Amino acid sequence: MEKRVKFRGWLLPLLLIAPQVVISAVFFFYPAGQAIWQSLFIPDPFGLSMQYVGLGNFEFLLSDKFYRASFATTAVFSILVTLCSMIPALFLAVIADRLIKGSGVYRTLLIWPYAVAPAVAGVLWLFMFNTRVGVVSWYLGQLGYDWNHVLNGGEAMGLVVVASAWGRISYNFLFFFAALQAVPKSVIEAAAIDGAHFWRRFWTIVLPLLSPTTFFLLVVNVVYSFFETFGVIHTITAGGPQQTTTILVYKVYSDGFVSQDLGSSAAQSVILLIVVGLLTVLQFKFIEKRVHY
Amino acid sequence: MAREVHGMVEKRGAGLWLTHVFMILGVLVIFFPIWLAFVASTVTQADIIRPPMPVWPGDQLWTNYKNALFSGVNVPVGTMLLNSLVMAVGIAVGKIIISLLSAFAIVYFKFPGRSLFFWLIFLTLMLPVEVRIVPTYEVVAGFGMLNSYSGLIFPLIASATATFLFRQFFLTIPDELAEAARVDGARPMRFFWDIVVPMSRTNIAALFVILFIYGWNQYLWPLLITTDPEMNTIVMGIKQMFPSGDDFAHWPTIMATSILAMIPPVIVVVGMQRLFIRGLVDSEK
Repeated sequence: MEKRVKFRGWLLPLLLIAPQVVISAVFFFYPAGQAIWQSLFIPDPFGLSMQYVGLGNFEFLLSDKFYRASFATTAVFSILVTLCSMIPALFLAVIADRLIKGSGVYRTLLIWPYAVAPAVAGVLWLFMFNTRVGVVSWYLGQLGYDWNHVLNGGEAMGLVVVASAWGRISYNFLFFFAALQAVPKSVIEAAAIDGAHFWRRFWTIVLPLLSPTTFFLLVVNVVYSFFETFGVIHTITAGGPQQTTTILVYKVYSDGFVSQDLGSSAAQSVILLIVVGLLTVLQFKFIEKRVHY
Repeated sequence: MAREVHGMVEKRGAGLWLTHVFMILGVLVIFFPIWLAFVASTVTQADIIRPPMPVWPGDQLWTNYKNALFSGVNVPVGTMLLNSLVMAVGIAVGKIIISLLSAFAIVYFKFPGRSLFFWLIFLTLMLPVEVRIVPTYEVVAGFGMLNSYSGLIFPLIASATATFLFRQFFLTIPDELAEAARVDGARPMRFFWDIVVPMSRTNIAALFVILFIYGWNQYLWPLLITTDPEMNTIVMGIKQMFPSGDDFAHWPTIMATSILAMIPPVIVVVGMQRLFIRGLVDSEK
């Protein structure tokens, strides 16, 4: 789409666009270029010179069992976060949609967790499950279950998944609720006249009509669990125990800043860049579809 | 007839009650972590380290919050709140200003390199700061911007979501307005200030809400570049309050800080709910 009416001149528009171009160049393009460049080198142990290794960093990474484990961890983590945040959200939205009065009050209460930063959410959940003072872990102990996410990798994963999914329930709820409100009431009523009861209407009419929203939320939640959950992991487990909760973004951080392995960290950045690119393409493909829908 | 159908579709009587019960249960479960944090911020450390902790608030609210705000653990939480406020407002205002200007240039002008710039800006949509942390850190360190507000703000406004939002919106402004302005001999910047900016008010407000929360909730970036506790933001500062050894964390102070960290974004989200939902839907389109 283009404007028919344009103003003349070229100096003014260049001045207008300059701030964004300069900031993007300095804080975006240069660092991104650096990441690609550094991924082709290994610095010597004294940091004095760089040795060109071509795709060596990538070959090393892809054969590294810790890196591959981190890929698998990320996949499990993002699938679980997506499911644990979308299913309760859909359930709550379906219930709220059945109410004529009062759904606004529930909505106001339910959007609270969205405002809570992932890192703060991490601290809240850590507090509940803390091995020494946590309320939930204490009651689990009374029931005979010995909760210890500091030592047990599965429990650590469960805790970071729930803490990450918690705030996303609000977000998904808002989108599902809006989509449900947009489903034409006449269609639902017609089905009701034909004798279809609630769950039948839900499976055969409502859920298919929600599919664009569902697909959109799937992609957005995967992106969220890849990139925005660093705070949760860092506050609760710091990637442990034994790297069982080290997702890819956490590994870029721990290899780059904690272990100072710059070549490997840069190569990991490039791999993540490709992953983001693929996810973005998926997202745009979907948006095109939604316009036609 | 219509009445009966409504009865079938929207629940009444027992079904309605059940619906409310489910909804209230859902809200309670979702709220539980926040409630527990609030309770923990009103009791003493002794109440917490002997589990189970109480589930109703105690009488230490004033003591704990005063202690957190004015002494904290490493640095008073008041200082961290101020840092977060500067960072969040800086990111929101900075991004809105540069995006308004560049979207105006892209939509209303024809100039050399226009499509090249357009695509360059478009590319920045793709890469969150989490992915390019090491080289971005080096750039910021090179400029001597570690432990500074500009170091906290600038790298996070280098993304084009807002530019695209404004571009989409400008394209819906009727051409007649620009035509009239041109016939009247109005200069482009006059048109910008008198027509475009006032018409974008709602979009600007919605975007402000979203960007404020984005900035306030940042964690990784402040963690990397603010090594001086005086520059910590509240969201990253909470983790710094935990002792490194085997000591007990001082939970009442930490939980009071957690509550303080969520109050500003919650006020923004709940208080400006309609703008917030609009901004959320717009920025994901």
